[in-house]
Amino acid sequence: MYSEKVMDHFSNPRNVGEIENPDGVGTVGNPACGDIMKLSIKIEGDVIKDVKFKTFGCGAAIATSSMVTELVKGKHLDEAEEISNNTVADALGGLPPVKMHCSNLAADALHAAIEDYKKKHTK
Amino acid sequence: MKRIYFDNNATTPIHPEVFDAMLPYLKDEFGNPSSIHWAGRNTRKVIDEAREKVARLLNCDVGEIIFTSCGSEGDNLAIKGLVESKRDKGNHIITTKVEHPAVLTTCKYLAKTGFDVTFLDVDNQGMLDLDQLKKAITPKTILITIMFANNETGVIFPIEEIGRIAKEHNITFHTDAVQGVGKVPIDVKKLNIDLLTLSGHKLYAPKGVGAIYVKRGVRLVPLIHGGHQERNRRGGTENTAGIVALGKACEIAHRDMEQEIKHLTALRDRLEKGLMGKIPHARLNGHPKNRIPNTANISFEFAEGESILLNLDMKGIAASSGSACTSGTLEPSHVLVAMGVSMEASHSSVRFSLGRGNTVEDVDYVLEVLPPIVEKMRSMSPLYSAATGGAANISFTESGSCSH
Repeated sequence: MYSEKVMDHFSNPRNVGEIENPDGVGTVGNPACGDIMKLSIKIEGDVIKDVKFKTFGCGAAIATSSMVTELVKGKHLDEAEEISNNTVADALGGLPPVKMHCSNLAADALHAAIEDYKKKHTK
Repeated sequence: MKRIYFDNNATTPIHPEVFDAMLPYLKDEFGNPSSIHWAGRNTRKVIDEAREKVARLLNCDVGEIIFTSCGSEGDNLAIKGLVESKRDKGNHIITTKVEHPAVLTTCKYLAKTGFDVTFLDVDNQGMLDLDQLKKAITPKTILITIMFANNETGVIFPIEEIGRIAKEHNITFHTDAVQGVGKVPIDVKKLNIDLLTLSGHKLYAPKGVGAIYVKRGVRLVPLIHGGHQERNRRGGTENTAGIVALGKACEIAHRDMEQEIKHLTALRDRLEKGLMGKIPHARLNGHPKNRIPNTANISFEFAEGESILLNLDMKGIAASSGSACTSGTLEPSHVLVAMGVSMEASHSSVRFSLGRGNTVEDVDYVLEVLPPIVEKMRSMSPLYSAATGGAANISFTESGSCSH
């Protein structure tokens, strides 16, 4: 039911962990739904220098988390903000329809982390 | 790669003896059992023999068995057929919150068409409160439908007592025994059962065949109107090969039951003790004693069920989970939720359902493979703190209902 790319990111997830002293952190999801993602980012000159994730969730939740970290590493914040949940799903070669709603939250976690960074940055 | 099958509550492989028995009826013995000529005579005879074998396993008469196509059909026929025949006597049905969808959805459908349905609670071990059952009975109650054993947890309900309560109140009692038949002894007379559903592919017969027991005198309105088959209670030309297979499977279940109960209990207990001992934050779902011998349902907190299953699958192990992702909905298992298991723990549940082909080596392989899988999933989980070996403090920037 999952594409090879999803299974690859699920079996060998990229950038797992938490950044020490992150510039921004985003946590989305709901334990009741079975999917929670926590994404931390390191920013230098409006560029995402490093990104790590921790996820409790199904195969799609883990694969989308892993994929979004690959997509945004080294990207300018403006570019990163353009990435949507659909972009992530497309990059994985698609997700089963039922997963598009419940487990495709990685871009939301990214945007929450960027928002967190901006909030701290403007202070 | 090894292939270990621990999902026998979903379906079982076909027993080799069952396969051999049914094969002629897919080849040369093709006759319609209703025909009077040579082609039909033998198929009629083997269907009668199969009916005797099913009846022997349940301790009922041959005339009390109706062959069906599956467990869901059996549940629909028993429930809808009964309430329609007793509609003038009342409109109240009692069931539980933890039934299989074949019963639950049927009852919910009937609730929309003028019936009142009471869904009984279970406690945190998945057990029923019989006082609650007694209190739910009204003068309009026409049917109590309560499963024999739960497909997810394996918990066995007090069927004999429920049957006695139903009898005292002159209420028909149906039990969905799809997970019980073939696994534990079931004597419909002793247990006061009026209607019972069973399914072939849960006891080593193929998919596409099942049966219901209908106590003499209990009237059902047919679901499938048609010919005179099954004494006018279920139209449709008989699935001869499937029925022969079901008969053979019931014969084998009867013959091997004592030995299989010992075999499965030993393996299940070894698996359960091993996993609970090796993996911290593992909790058993369901009553520890009052269970069918083959089922273990365990939540591995801080690790999500589908992820565990995918990892097990990569190692050749087939199991099942109560997480939302595997139920095909956005909600976790209705059974675990009804038991008061937290949403998180429900999403973390894994069901192992063993079968006749499993060995000690299979169990030991799972005991070797699963602990590192759970550890890996936990190390990736924001809910788990490696430092404390317990729950992590986590705050959400967004949370809400599951229907995002």
